[in-house]
Amino acid sequence: MISFLKDFFQILLYTVRDVTPILILILFFQLVILKQPIPHLKRVVLGGVYVVLGLAFFLLGLEKALFPIGEIMATQLSDPFFLGAAAGEELDWKSYYWIYIFAALIGFSTTIAEPSLIAVAMKATEVSTGTISQWGLRITVALGVAFALALGTFRIVTGTPLHLYIMGGYIVVVIQSIFAPKQLIALAYDSGGVTTSTVTVPLVAALGLGLSTAVPGRNAAIDGFGLIAFASLFPIISVLGYAQFMHLKVKLSNKIKKP
Amino acid sequence: MVVLKKLGSAITDLIPIILVVVFFQLVVIQQPFPNIGEVVFGSFFVIIGLMLFIEGLEIGLFPIGEAMAYALAKKGSLFWLMVFSFALGFSTTIAEPALIAVSKEAGRIAAQAELIDNAQGTIDTYAMGLRLSVAFSVGLAIVIGVLRILKGWPVYYLIIGGYVVVMLMTVVAPKEIIGLAYDAGGVTTSTITVPLVTALGVGLSNTIKGRSPLVDGFGLIAFASLLPMIFVMGYGLFWF
Repeated sequence: MISFLKDFFQILLYTVRDVTPILILILFFQLVILKQPIPHLKRVVLGGVYVVLGLAFFLLGLEKALFPIGEIMATQLSDPFFLGAAAGEELDWKSYYWIYIFAALIGFSTTIAEPSLIAVAMKATEVSTGTISQWGLRITVALGVAFALALGTFRIVTGTPLHLYIMGGYIVVVIQSIFAPKQLIALAYDSGGVTTSTVTVPLVAALGLGLSTAVPGRNAAIDGFGLIAFASLFPIISVLGYAQFMHLKVKLSNKIKKP
Repeated sequence: MVVLKKLGSAITDLIPIILVVVFFQLVVIQQPFPNIGEVVFGSFFVIIGLMLFIEGLEIGLFPIGEAMAYALAKKGSLFWLMVFSFALGFSTTIAEPALIAVSKEAGRIAAQAELIDNAQGTIDTYAMGLRLSVAFSVGLAIVIGVLRILKGWPVYYLIIGGYVVVMLMTVVAPKEIIGLAYDAGGVTTSTITVPLVTALGVGLSNTIKGRSPLVDGFGLIAFASLLPMIFVMGYGLFWF
């Protein structure tokens, strides 16, 4: 219990340290440049305290509950014994199917719980006056991350060059940007950046490094990276795709109604 | 009642993770949970933390972000708006723990690949330079993003232009840094920065005539994830 409290205060201290530059910036601008009091000061301060405490609890919980298990799982699933190498089976990329499934599911589920994505989804619902549903956006982004991680682990297993995938992805995004409804493009681009923070990055990094260490012929320094890049690219594609799909659906139903 | 509802939604957010972990542990790996007590205790903390964080977003971070955007737009000084944008991007990135970890790793890799001297001093300078260039690029990204909102430039021209630069730089940049550069884009946007930056964008586009919060308000985070890739590859080119 005492070590638990110690960990909590340690994490709380880190969170406070991360928030300090932002706090200084806001105070400096309000008091020196704008020269006005902060509106609803009490509520804002209370909110700030909630954010810091909330993040500290969240990180402590993740460190105690999720990260150890996630890391153990990633190592165990890529263990040659688990994959059947002990039975003398030849390992090829298909032997790692549990890794792909695990990567996809853990990508989906951690993205659903990602606080930054929740924040952006809340704002998106607010400014679109409800046309964009919070859960619709979050699930679309999470599906994008799921696909990204499955493909990213496949890339590590096969050892194909990272930049080919990323460039292919960019070309898809560029083509989609030409055809997608313009209102949603900025939101889609933002969805790429928000998927990878507090929850996803540590787990995904562990998965990438564990896998590239376990797969014969891979170098952790070169092949271990890249999963985060995948997870920031594919949500853009999935959100643009969803926007296009909804756009076409509305267009089609209008066409059917007209004659 | 309200608290219960919020608690409920925080639990809903976590259900997928719990299902995935339980399924893999019991069905696929077929092993009992290690330290089940700590896991349950930890999950409880995650739920409380998420609930508090979201409450804090609604009453604290979003309102202050928007209030700053209104006040700065009303003041009408482009200079201070730009200074604020740059400082917001730079100051929140330079202390980002994920970035510190990644740049140390990058220094180690560069030394291993014999691109820089394998001396602790050189590695530290390299890592610090990398951190500074990423933080600078995020500050610059927010400045460009805010300028875009003011001028009403379409976001896709800038982003696609950025992609083209990334592609060109990939061709010339040293191989060892490419994976790292691509990942650098993802790690710069932290959990506290995202809500503030989003509120800034939406607040600005709400205040400025002729801007729509949906079309123009978003996009700042996209710049903040794109520019670091370019800067990290540029940094690689500069050193080697």
